[in-house]
Amino acid sequence: MTDFIWLIIALPLFGSVVLHFIGSRLKEPVAGYIASATSVGAFFVTLVAAVPAFAGDLHRAETVHLWDWMPSIGASFTLQWDQLSIVMALLVTGVGSLIHIYSIGYMHGDERFGRYFTNLNFFAASMLILVLAGNFAMVFLGWELVGLSSYLLIGFWFTEDLPPAAAKKAFVLNRIGDVGFLIALMLIFKYFGTFDFETVLHDPAVHIAGGVATVIGLLLLLGAAGKSAQMPLFVWLPDAMAGPTPASALIHAATMVTAGVYMVARAAPIFDLSTTALTTVALVGVVTAFVAATIAMAQNDIKKVLGAGSVIHAMGGEQDMRKMGGLFKKMPITGWTMAIATVAIAGIPPLSGFWSKDEILAAAFARGGIYQAVWALGLVTALLTAFYMTRWFVLVFLGESNWSEGVDPHESPRSMSMPLIGLAVLAAFGGFMNTPFFHGLGNFLHPVFEAVQEQHAPEGSLEYILIGVSVAVAVAGAAVAWMFYRGDADARTHLLDRISGPLGFLDNGWGINSGYEKVIVAPLARAAEGMSWFDGKVIDGAVNGVAGGVNWLGGKLQGVQTGFVRQYGVGLLAGAIGLVVWVLMGGGS
Amino acid sequence: MVDPSWYLTLAALLFVIGMAGMITRRNALIMFMSIELMLNAANLTFVAGGIGSGNPEGQLAMFFVLVVAAAEVVVGLAIVVAVFRRRRSVNVDDLAELRG
Repeated sequence: MTDFIWLIIALPLFGSVVLHFIGSRLKEPVAGYIASATSVGAFFVTLVAAVPAFAGDLHRAETVHLWDWMPSIGASFTLQWDQLSIVMALLVTGVGSLIHIYSIGYMHGDERFGRYFTNLNFFAASMLILVLAGNFAMVFLGWELVGLSSYLLIGFWFTEDLPPAAAKKAFVLNRIGDVGFLIALMLIFKYFGTFDFETVLHDPAVHIAGGVATVIGLLLLLGAAGKSAQMPLFVWLPDAMAGPTPASALIHAATMVTAGVYMVARAAPIFDLSTTALTTVALVGVVTAFVAATIAMAQNDIKKVLGAGSVIHAMGGEQDMRKMGGLFKKMPITGWTMAIATVAIAGIPPLSGFWSKDEILAAAFARGGIYQAVWALGLVTALLTAFYMTRWFVLVFLGESNWSEGVDPHESPRSMSMPLIGLAVLAAFGGFMNTPFFHGLGNFLHPVFEAVQEQHAPEGSLEYILIGVSVAVAVAGAAVAWMFYRGDADARTHLLDRISGPLGFLDNGWGINSGYEKVIVAPLARAAEGMSWFDGKVIDGAVNGVAGGVNWLGGKLQGVQTGFVRQYGVGLLAGAIGLVVWVLMGGGS
Repeated sequence: MVDPSWYLTLAALLFVIGMAGMITRRNALIMFMSIELMLNAANLTFVAGGIGSGNPEGQLAMFFVLVVAAAEVVVGLAIVVAVFRRRRSVNVDDLAELRG
């Protein structure tokens, strides 16, 4: 039935390989067309293959065995086709296609246009390997490929200072997570004897007890934290904005970050065995959201608030929000799509951000215990999110224009605005997939999580109270930001000056970067310096010292070689006489 | 039966003559002859020792020395001839290019 789903991976991979060899020779838009075509093609293949699942005929996961890799440990090139991988593949190919198309406009005029699409296609293929994998070994393969391709994309403009550093940072932090993932895989192999999803995830309680499940779960979470930029490994994400903006969006919002979420979701049966691991997942998520929201409140770099490519494009690369404003008139399409995005992320009904956030919060509240703390922190985060999104929108699109001289904003070309509209539609209506009244997504995914204990939002009056609270909070956050940034400019400046200290702290990302700098990077650098000294002085010193000593001794002894044969004869005689005398004196016996 | 000590005395005499020639003369051919004299002094010592102890090992050792000496003469004379062709002289004190 679904034998052809290998095409989903093969298409972008093929595009990437083709572009790798001929991409630089093609005229500019052609490379982008090829890449976009493969991505859109993969999207349609996914859609076609997903038909039985949407029709409700896919009751258990189908697997497609491509070829053997390491069959004895359950690691083959096997693709798994179930509701979870369908959702992820649709997300990756769908959003990926929009970003491919968007990039044709955004990367216009770049010298390495073809190379960019090679990397973008490569990234899509890596992600698809990851989400379609039928065993943990293949997940790890895709996982590492995603790490590599994100490195290539973030560091795409490698002649500048920032992107290569950001790429390295992302890669290193991902590696830290990968170590956790790798150890988790080793443990899985130790206890299950295979990497195959069927065996590992069907009923893990047969093989492992709670303690082992906790360890595996926490290690998997560490891996997911690296990939999905959660606490404490999230510091790479703001820097990753140094890459081309559509790529940042692809990595940031759409796919790479969901890779970690996907992995946790896929391994849900294991997490389900351990309360500790589950609680940690929730805490990590909400704390990250809270910290990120407070940072976003104070940031002035628009890209660090969110990857708003079109605006930067229009402003000729300007990224400081304080130098924007009044863009709405100049860029109506971008303005409207961004307005929708703002409302959606701020969590005001009926747009998507509201439903997803509300669902999570309500479920957390219903669970009780420590989850109510999660709920409270989540609510505060929602308030902050609404605040910073409104602030962002007001600063950029409304009010007086604060453009630098010579900047002339313009509406984006069609290849950029159309995908934006597509994303805005998704943002507006995507939320209806899973509302308290219609558990579409939840029901769709149900077969995958059959064995897992699900947490539904509470029903009845409590549900409406929670919704009311969450809406009120979102509206309040937005209203405060609206009044504050649309209001009196002097009062605003005054207040901002008064709280500049805390603001600076938030702007610096809670000092987490500099904290890492002090606690981890600086000692490592000192250790490296010490080792460098040891290597230079002690190891090299020993080697060079021996050589120098021999050289010195040779210089002293070379006078012995006079070149006169008879002198050597006398030496021999003296030596022989000496030996005879030594023997006669009784030596050596 | 001659007393073996006479052989040893003669061998010592020959060795010292060879040694003196080796040290005092500069002509490579003369030095060669001196070396042969010393080798034969050693041979005489081996043979005399063999007679004294009544077994043939001394004479065996002498044959070894003879064979090695023959090989040495072949190589050594070839070198002397080569040097003479190049320099029209076999004065060993002139051959000091490799001194340290």
